Amino acid sequence: MDRRFSFPGACDAPWSGPPDLVLDLPNDLASIEEAVNAVLEHCAFCGANRGRVRLKLRVGLWEALANAILYGNQADPAKRVRVEVAVRDSAITARITDQGSGFDPHSLPDPTRPENLLRPEGRGIFLMRKLLDEVFYNDQGNSVTLVVRIQEGNPGRETDFGARA
Amino acid sequence: MPFSAEKVNGVMVIDVEGQLIVGNRQELKQKILEELDRGERRFVVDFARTGYIDSSGLGVLVSLSKKVREVGGELRLANLNDDLRTLFELTKLDTLFQIYDSREAALQGL
Repeated sequence: MDRRFSFPGACDAPWSGPPDLVLDLPNDLASIEEAVNAVLEHCAFCGANRGRVRLKLRVGLWEALANAILYGNQADPAKRVRVEVAVRDSAITARITDQGSGFDPHSLPDPTRPENLLRPEGRGIFLMRKLLDEVFYNDQGNSVTLVVRIQEGNPGRETDFGARA
Repeated sequence: MPFSAEKVNGVMVIDVEGQLIVGNRQELKQKILEELDRGERRFVVDFARTGYIDSSGLGVLVSLSKKVREVGGELRLANLNDDLRTLFELTKLDTLFQIYDSREAALQGL
Protein backbone atom coordinates (compact mmCIF):
# COMPACT_ATOMS: atom_id res chain seq x y z
CA MET A 1 0.00 0.00 0.00
CA ASP A 2 1.12 3.53 -0.76
CA ARG A 3 2.53 5.14 2.38
CA ARG A 4 3.95 8.33 0.95
CA PHE A 5 1.70 10.42 3.13
CA SER A 6 -0.33 9.88 6.23
CA PHE A 7 -4.03 10.32 6.81
CA PRO A 8 -5.04 11.32 10.30
CA GLY A 9 -8.05 9.32 11.42
CA ALA A 10 -7.59 6.62 8.81
CA CYS A 11 -9.29 3.37 9.78
CA ASP A 12 -9.47 -0.18 8.52
CA ALA A 13 -10.77 -0.61 5.01
CA PRO A 14 -14.44 -1.61 4.72
CA TRP A 15 -13.49 -4.47 2.39
CA SER A 16 -11.34 -7.57 2.63
CA GLY A 17 -7.83 -7.63 1.21
CA PRO A 18 -6.04 -4.87 -0.65
CA PRO A 19 -8.05 -2.43 -2.79
CA ASP A 20 -8.22 -3.11 -6.53
CA LEU A 21 -7.30 0.43 -7.45
CA VAL A 22 -5.46 3.16 -5.54
CA LEU A 23 -5.09 6.72 -6.84
CA ASP A 24 -2.83 9.20 -5.10
CA LEU A 25 -3.98 12.58 -6.39
CA PRO A 26 -2.58 16.08 -6.20
CA ASN A 27 -4.89 18.52 -4.43
CA ASP A 28 -6.02 20.08 -7.69
CA LEU A 29 -9.54 20.35 -9.13
CA ALA A 30 -8.14 19.39 -12.52
CA SER A 31 -7.45 15.89 -11.19
CA ILE A 32 -11.14 15.17 -10.50
CA GLU A 33 -12.23 14.26 -14.00
CA GLU A 34 -9.23 12.06 -14.67
CA ALA A 35 -9.75 10.20 -11.38
CA VAL A 36 -13.49 9.71 -11.97
CA ASN A 37 -12.83 8.38 -15.47
CA ALA A 38 -10.11 6.04 -14.19
CA VAL A 39 -12.48 4.54 -11.61
CA LEU A 40 -15.32 4.20 -14.12
CA GLU A 41 -12.97 2.49 -16.54
CA HIS A 42 -11.68 0.20 -13.82
CA CYS A 43 -15.21 -0.79 -12.83
CA ALA A 44 -16.59 -1.07 -16.37
CA PHE A 45 -16.39 -4.87 -16.26
CA CYS A 46 -18.98 -5.02 -13.49
CA GLY A 47 -21.58 -2.86 -15.15
CA ALA A 48 -20.34 0.56 -14.09
CA ASN A 49 -21.02 1.91 -17.54
CA ARG A 50 -24.66 1.06 -17.34
CA GLY A 51 -27.21 3.73 -16.63
CA ARG A 52 -27.71 4.53 -13.00
CA VAL A 53 -24.61 2.74 -11.72
CA ARG A 54 -22.51 5.08 -13.81
CA LEU A 55 -24.43 8.16 -12.63
CA LYS A 56 -24.15 7.10 -8.98
CA LEU A 57 -20.41 6.51 -9.24
CA ARG A 58 -19.76 9.70 -11.17
CA VAL A 59 -21.74 11.94 -8.81
CA GLY A 60 -20.40 10.26 -5.68
CA LEU A 61 -16.76 10.40 -6.71
CA TRP A 62 -16.98 13.88 -8.19
CA GLU A 63 -18.59 15.47 -5.17
CA ALA A 64 -16.42 13.61 -2.68
CA LEU A 65 -13.25 14.65 -4.51
CA ALA A 66 -14.32 18.29 -4.85
CA ASN A 67 -15.11 18.40 -1.12
CA ALA A 68 -11.81 16.74 -0.24
CA ILE A 69 -9.79 19.19 -2.35
CA LEU A 70 -11.61 22.42 -1.51
CA TYR A 71 -12.86 21.91 2.04
CA GLY A 72 -10.93 18.98 3.52
CA ASN A 73 -7.52 19.99 2.23
CA GLN A 74 -8.59 23.65 1.95
CA ALA A 75 -7.15 23.96 -1.56
CA ASP A 76 -3.63 23.48 -0.18
CA PRO A 77 -1.46 22.40 -3.15
CA ALA A 78 0.95 20.62 -0.79
CA LYS A 79 -1.72 18.13 0.26
CA ARG A 80 -2.92 14.95 -1.43
CA VAL A 81 -6.14 13.00 -1.83
CA ARG A 82 -6.29 9.23 -1.84
CA VAL A 83 -8.92 7.19 -3.69
CA GLU A 84 -9.22 3.46 -3.00
CA VAL A 85 -11.64 1.27 -4.91
CA ALA A 86 -12.67 -2.32 -4.31
CA VAL A 87 -15.23 -4.48 -6.07
CA ARG A 88 -16.55 -7.09 -3.63
CA ASP A 89 -19.78 -9.00 -3.10
CA SER A 90 -21.68 -7.34 -5.92
CA ALA A 91 -20.84 -3.83 -4.82
CA ILE A 92 -18.35 -1.17 -5.83
CA THR A 93 -16.86 0.52 -2.78
CA ALA A 94 -14.78 3.69 -3.06
CA ARG A 95 -13.08 5.47 -0.20
CA ILE A 96 -11.90 9.06 -0.62
CA THR A 97 -9.58 10.42 2.06
CA ASP A 98 -8.07 13.87 2.44
CA GLN A 99 -5.43 15.22 4.78
CA GLY A 100 -7.67 17.77 6.47
CA SER A 101 -9.01 17.87 9.98
CA GLY A 102 -12.45 16.65 8.94
CA PHE A 103 -15.96 17.99 9.46
CA ASP A 104 -19.31 16.98 10.95
CA PRO A 105 -21.37 15.46 8.13
CA HIS A 106 -24.49 15.41 10.31
CA SER A 107 -24.76 19.17 10.58
CA LEU A 108 -25.75 19.92 6.99
CA PRO A 109 -29.03 21.68 6.15
CA ASP A 110 -31.46 20.09 3.69
CA PRO A 111 -31.00 22.04 0.42
CA THR A 112 -34.47 21.06 -0.82
CA ARG A 113 -36.29 22.92 1.96
CA PRO A 114 -37.99 26.04 0.61
CA GLU A 115 -35.81 28.36 2.70
CA ASN A 116 -32.64 26.74 1.30
CA LEU A 117 -33.63 26.32 -2.34
CA LEU A 118 -32.06 29.61 -3.43
CA ARG A 119 -28.76 28.96 -1.66
CA PRO A 120 -25.95 28.42 -4.18
CA GLU A 121 -24.15 25.78 -2.10
CA GLY A 122 -24.89 22.70 -0.02
CA ARG A 123 -26.02 20.17 -2.62
CA GLY A 124 -22.94 17.97 -3.01
CA ILE A 125 -23.24 15.67 0.00
CA PHE A 126 -27.02 15.74 -0.31
CA LEU A 127 -26.75 14.34 -3.86
CA MET A 128 -24.27 11.70 -2.73
CA ARG A 129 -26.63 10.53 -0.01
CA LYS A 130 -29.65 10.54 -2.31
CA LEU A 131 -28.01 8.67 -5.15
CA LEU A 132 -25.61 6.19 -3.60
CA ASP A 133 -26.62 3.01 -1.83
CA GLU A 134 -24.46 3.82 1.19
CA VAL A 135 -22.38 6.83 2.22
CA PHE A 136 -20.48 6.89 5.49
CA TYR A 137 -17.69 8.90 7.09
CA ASN A 138 -14.97 7.99 9.51
CA ASP A 139 -15.18 9.51 12.99
CA GLN A 140 -12.85 12.34 12.09
CA GLY A 141 -14.81 13.25 8.97
CA ASN A 142 -11.86 13.33 6.56
CA SER A 143 -12.65 10.04 4.82
CA VAL A 144 -15.88 9.14 3.05
CA THR A 145 -16.84 5.68 1.81
CA LEU A 146 -19.27 5.29 -1.09
CA VAL A 147 -21.06 2.04 -1.90
CA VAL A 148 -22.84 1.29 -5.18
CA ARG A 149 -24.58 -2.06 -5.44
CA ILE A 150 -24.28 -3.94 -8.71
CA GLN A 151 -26.36 -7.05 -8.07
CA GLU A 152 -27.41 -9.10 -11.06
CA GLY A 153 -30.57 -7.64 -12.48
CA ASN A 154 -29.98 -4.27 -10.82
CA PRO A 155 -27.14 -2.56 -12.69
CA GLY A 156 -28.95 -0.45 -15.24
CA ARG A 157 -32.31 -0.40 -13.57
CA GLU A 158 -34.08 2.85 -12.90
CA THR A 159 -33.92 3.37 -9.17
CA ASP A 160 -36.50 5.06 -7.01
CA PHE A 161 -34.10 7.64 -5.65
CA GLY A 162 -36.92 9.34 -3.80
CA ALA A 163 -37.13 6.42 -1.39
CA ARG A 164 -33.85 7.45 0.23
CA ALA A 165 -34.91 10.85 1.47
CA MET B 1 -14.48 28.02 -24.61
CA PRO B 2 -17.09 25.79 -22.99
CA PHE B 3 -19.67 28.60 -23.12
CA SER B 4 -20.74 30.29 -26.33
CA ALA B 5 -23.50 32.86 -26.59
CA GLU B 6 -25.68 33.92 -29.47
CA LYS B 7 -28.74 36.09 -29.70
CA VAL B 8 -31.82 34.34 -31.09
CA ASN B 9 -35.00 36.37 -31.56
CA GLY B 10 -33.85 38.84 -28.91
CA VAL B 11 -32.96 36.12 -26.38
CA MET B 12 -29.40 35.33 -25.25
CA VAL B 13 -28.83 31.61 -25.76
CA ILE B 14 -25.79 30.14 -24.04
CA ASP B 15 -24.49 26.73 -25.02
CA VAL B 16 -22.68 24.71 -22.38
CA GLU B 17 -20.23 22.45 -24.12
CA GLY B 18 -18.86 19.53 -22.09
CA GLN B 19 -19.33 20.25 -18.41
CA LEU B 20 -20.56 22.88 -15.98
CA ILE B 21 -18.40 22.20 -12.95
CA VAL B 22 -16.50 23.68 -10.04
CA GLY B 23 -13.55 24.40 -12.34
CA ASN B 24 -15.42 26.54 -14.90
CA ARG B 25 -18.64 27.76 -13.29
CA GLN B 26 -17.22 31.26 -12.77
CA GLU B 27 -16.81 31.64 -16.54
CA LEU B 28 -20.53 31.07 -17.08
CA LYS B 29 -21.37 33.41 -14.23
CA GLN B 30 -19.13 36.10 -15.65
CA LYS B 31 -20.59 35.74 -19.14
CA ILE B 32 -24.20 36.06 -18.02
CA LEU B 33 -23.45 38.91 -15.60
CA GLU B 34 -21.75 40.79 -18.45
CA GLU B 35 -24.82 40.32 -20.61
CA LEU B 36 -27.02 41.53 -17.75
CA ASP B 37 -24.84 44.64 -17.49
CA ARG B 38 -25.34 45.22 -21.20
CA GLY B 39 -29.07 45.21 -20.65
CA GLU B 40 -29.97 41.66 -21.68
CA ARG B 41 -32.83 40.23 -19.62
CA ARG B 42 -33.93 37.03 -21.34
CA PHE B 43 -31.69 33.96 -21.26
CA VAL B 44 -31.80 30.32 -22.32
CA VAL B 45 -29.00 28.00 -21.17
CA ASP B 46 -28.84 25.08 -23.60
CA PHE B 47 -27.40 21.80 -22.27
CA ALA B 48 -27.72 19.79 -25.50
CA ARG B 49 -23.96 19.27 -25.57
CA THR B 50 -23.42 18.97 -21.82
CA GLY B 51 -22.24 15.71 -20.28
CA TYR B 52 -22.15 16.65 -16.63
CA ILE B 53 -23.15 19.31 -14.11
CA ASP B 54 -21.77 19.04 -10.59
CA SER B 55 -23.26 20.57 -7.44
CA SER B 56 -21.22 23.74 -7.95
CA GLY B 57 -22.65 24.03 -11.44
CA LEU B 58 -26.16 23.65 -10.06
CA GLY B 59 -25.30 26.32 -7.51
CA VAL B 60 -24.15 28.84 -10.10
CA LEU B 61 -27.38 28.35 -12.05
CA VAL B 62 -29.36 29.05 -8.86
CA SER B 63 -27.32 32.16 -8.19
CA LEU B 64 -27.69 33.42 -11.77
CA SER B 65 -31.40 32.73 -11.86
CA LYS B 66 -31.81 34.81 -8.72
CA LYS B 67 -29.84 37.71 -10.16
CA VAL B 68 -31.74 37.63 -13.45
CA ARG B 69 -35.08 37.61 -11.63
CA GLU B 70 -34.03 40.49 -9.41
CA VAL B 71 -33.80 42.74 -12.45
CA GLY B 72 -37.06 41.51 -13.93
CA GLY B 73 -35.55 39.03 -16.36
CA GLU B 74 -35.96 35.32 -16.94
CA LEU B 75 -33.52 32.43 -17.30
CA ARG B 76 -34.73 29.16 -18.79
CA LEU B 77 -32.99 25.81 -19.22
CA ALA B 78 -33.18 23.49 -22.23
CA ASN B 79 -32.10 20.03 -23.34
CA LEU B 80 -31.14 18.41 -20.04
CA ASN B 81 -30.41 14.73 -20.60
CA ASP B 82 -31.96 12.09 -18.31
CA ASP B 83 -29.03 12.02 -15.86
CA LEU B 84 -28.90 15.79 -15.54
CA ARG B 85 -32.65 16.02 -15.14
CA THR B 86 -32.38 13.47 -12.31
CA LEU B 87 -29.99 15.83 -10.49
CA PHE B 88 -32.46 18.71 -10.84
CA GLU B 89 -35.31 16.53 -9.60
CA LEU B 90 -33.41 15.18 -6.58
CA THR B 91 -32.43 18.69 -5.50
CA LYS B 92 -35.94 20.02 -6.31
CA LEU B 93 -34.36 22.57 -8.59
CA ASP B 94 -36.86 21.44 -11.21
CA THR B 95 -39.35 23.48 -9.17
CA LEU B 96 -37.16 26.58 -9.36
CA PHE B 97 -36.36 26.55 -13.08
CA GLN B 98 -38.44 26.48 -16.21
CA ILE B 99 -36.98 23.43 -17.99
CA TYR B 100 -37.74 22.70 -21.64
CA ASP B 101 -37.08 19.72 -23.87
CA SER B 102 -35.70 21.80 -26.72
CA ARG B 103 -34.18 25.20 -27.42
CA GLU B 104 -37.16 26.08 -29.60
CA ALA B 105 -39.60 25.28 -26.79
CA ALA B 106 -37.56 27.37 -24.34
CA LEU B 107 -37.53 30.33 -26.72
CA GLN B 108 -41.27 30.20 -27.25
CA GLY B 109 -43.06 32.93 -25.33
CA LEU B 110 -39.85 34.22 -23.71
